[in-house]
Amino acid sequence: MLRNQYDTDVMTWSPMGRLFQVEYAMDAVKQGGAAFGLRSRSHVVLASVDRAVSGLSFHQRKIFKIDDRTGVAMAGLAADGRVVLQYLASECINYSFVYESPIPVSRLVARLADKAQACTMLSLKRPYGVGCLVAGTDESGVHLYYNCPSGDYFECQAFAIGSHSQAAKVCLEREFETFNDRPREELIQRALLAITETLRWQGKEFDSSSCTVAILGENEAFHVISRSVIEQLVDSSKAT
Amino acid sequence: MENMFVNPSGECDSKSAADSERTLYPYVTGTSVVAVKYKDGILMASDTGGSYGSTLRYKSVERMKAIGKHSVLGASGEISDFQEILRYLDELILYDNMWDDGNSLGPKEVHNYLNRVMYNRRNKFNPLWNSLVLGGMKNGQKYLGMVSMIGVHFEDNHVATGFGNHLARPILRDEWHEDMSFEEAVKLLEKCMLVLLYRDRSAINKIQIAQVTEAGFKIFQPYALKTFWGFSAFENPSKGAVGTW
Repeated sequence: MLRNQYDTDVMTWSPMGRLFQVEYAMDAVKQGGAAFGLRSRSHVVLASVDRAVSGLSFHQRKIFKIDDRTGVAMAGLAADGRVVLQYLASECINYSFVYESPIPVSRLVARLADKAQACTMLSLKRPYGVGCLVAGTDESGVHLYYNCPSGDYFECQAFAIGSHSQAAKVCLEREFETFNDRPREELIQRALLAITETLRWQGKEFDSSSCTVAILGENEAFHVISRSVIEQLVDSSKAT
Repeated sequence: MENMFVNPSGECDSKSAADSERTLYPYVTGTSVVAVKYKDGILMASDTGGSYGSTLRYKSVERMKAIGKHSVLGASGEISDFQEILRYLDELILYDNMWDDGNSLGPKEVHNYLNRVMYNRRNKFNPLWNSLVLGGMKNGQKYLGMVSMIGVHFEDNHVATGFGNHLARPILRDEWHEDMSFEEAVKLLEKCMLVLLYRDRSAINKIQIAQVTEAGFKIFQPYALKTFWGFSAFENPSKGAVGTW
C-alpha cells in the first residue's frame, strides 16, 4: 500500500509541492549508521558509528579518503556510497590533472550536488540514498559540507546524520560555536563524545572497533586515526 | 604507401577533407617573447610585429594579453592560433567567474591547462603553432612558465621563446637576479630586446612591455628602442670590395 498518492516516481510532484521519492531517499540516510563532522579553523574531524552485517563480519567502513586533501563520511546505502565516492575521487583527480592544483572544495561539492539533483528529475534514475559529509582543505582554508540526496548542500561548522544522531546533534549544538578555536586534540575529543552519546542513546557502550575517526588539517593529509590512538584518547578523557 | 595513412580522427584512409584542417606550417607569425620575474611580479616584453613569411606585414599586433585577474599570456608563432587560444582561455575564465565563489584560476592552473591543450593537439598531429609564455602573480606568489607547441613545459625565473632562447637567455642567465626593481628589470628586458632587434630578421623596432603584480595587469604603450648604426666598419662599405653596394 502506498504511503502517499504521489510517491510512485520521482517525476511526480505532490499538490503540496513535495517530491516524496526524494524525501524517502533522505529517510534512507536517516536509517543509516550515524556519521558526524566537526570543523575548527585548521582541522576537520569526521567520525562514524559502524555497523556489522552480522556478528561474523567486519564493521562496514563509512569514512573514505578521496585524496590527501579531501575525505568523506557517508550514511545510508553503502552501495550508492561507493558510486558517489568514485565520482568524487574522479573529479578531484581530473581537476588536478588539468590544473596541477587541488579542486576548491566548494566546487567539488557543487558538482556532486548537481549530479544528485539530476537524479531528482529523470524518470530513468532514482535519487542517491546516501548523505555525504565532505571534509576538504583548499586555498581558502578547511571546509565541512553536507551533501543531501536531494541535491542540496551547505557548509557547516558541525553536523550529524544517520540513526540516533539526535543525541549527538544536541551535544554538538551546545558547543559548536567554540569549535573554531579548539585545538586538534580537543576537536577529536568532541567527535568521540558525539559517538559516545549516540551509542548511549542506543543503550550501547563505546567500542573502538565499531567506530571510525578521521582527521584532515591545513597541513595534515586526510587519514583515519588508528584504533590504539582512539583508545588512548578515550582513556585519557575518562581519567580527567 | 602515401595513400594509406591514419588521419587525425584515427581512421585509416587516403587523402580526406580532414587533412586540409591540420596545421602543417604557420602563416602569420610573431617573433620572440621575453619575460622575467622581478620584485613585485612579472615583466614581459615582445615586439608588435606579425610577419607573413619574410615580409614584415603587420606592425601593430599585440602579442601579450591579460588572462583573468592574475596572469598574462605572451605568444610567438602563428597569430591566428594565439587568437584561438585566447578564445579557449576566455571561455575558461568565464566559467571560472560564473562560479562566483571567491575562488579563481591562478597562473599555475592556466599554465597547466594550456599545457594540456597544446599536448593534446600535438597528439592529434594538429598543433597550435605557438610558444606560449604564461606569467602571473597570485597571493604573493610569482609564477612564470612556458609551453611549447609540442607540449614541453617548465617554470623558471626567466623565459624566452624563439630567437629569444638563443640571444636573450644567455644575457638573462648572467644578469638576472632575485628581487630586481622595476627599473632594473625593464632595462634588462630592453637590453635583450635590443639584441633581438639587431639580430632577429623578423623583429621590428616597436616593443611593448606588460606587467603583472598583485594589483593586476598593465600593458604599456609601444615604443621604439634606440639603435646605433654608426660603427666605423659600416662607414665605407665598399672599402674592402670595390663596386659592392
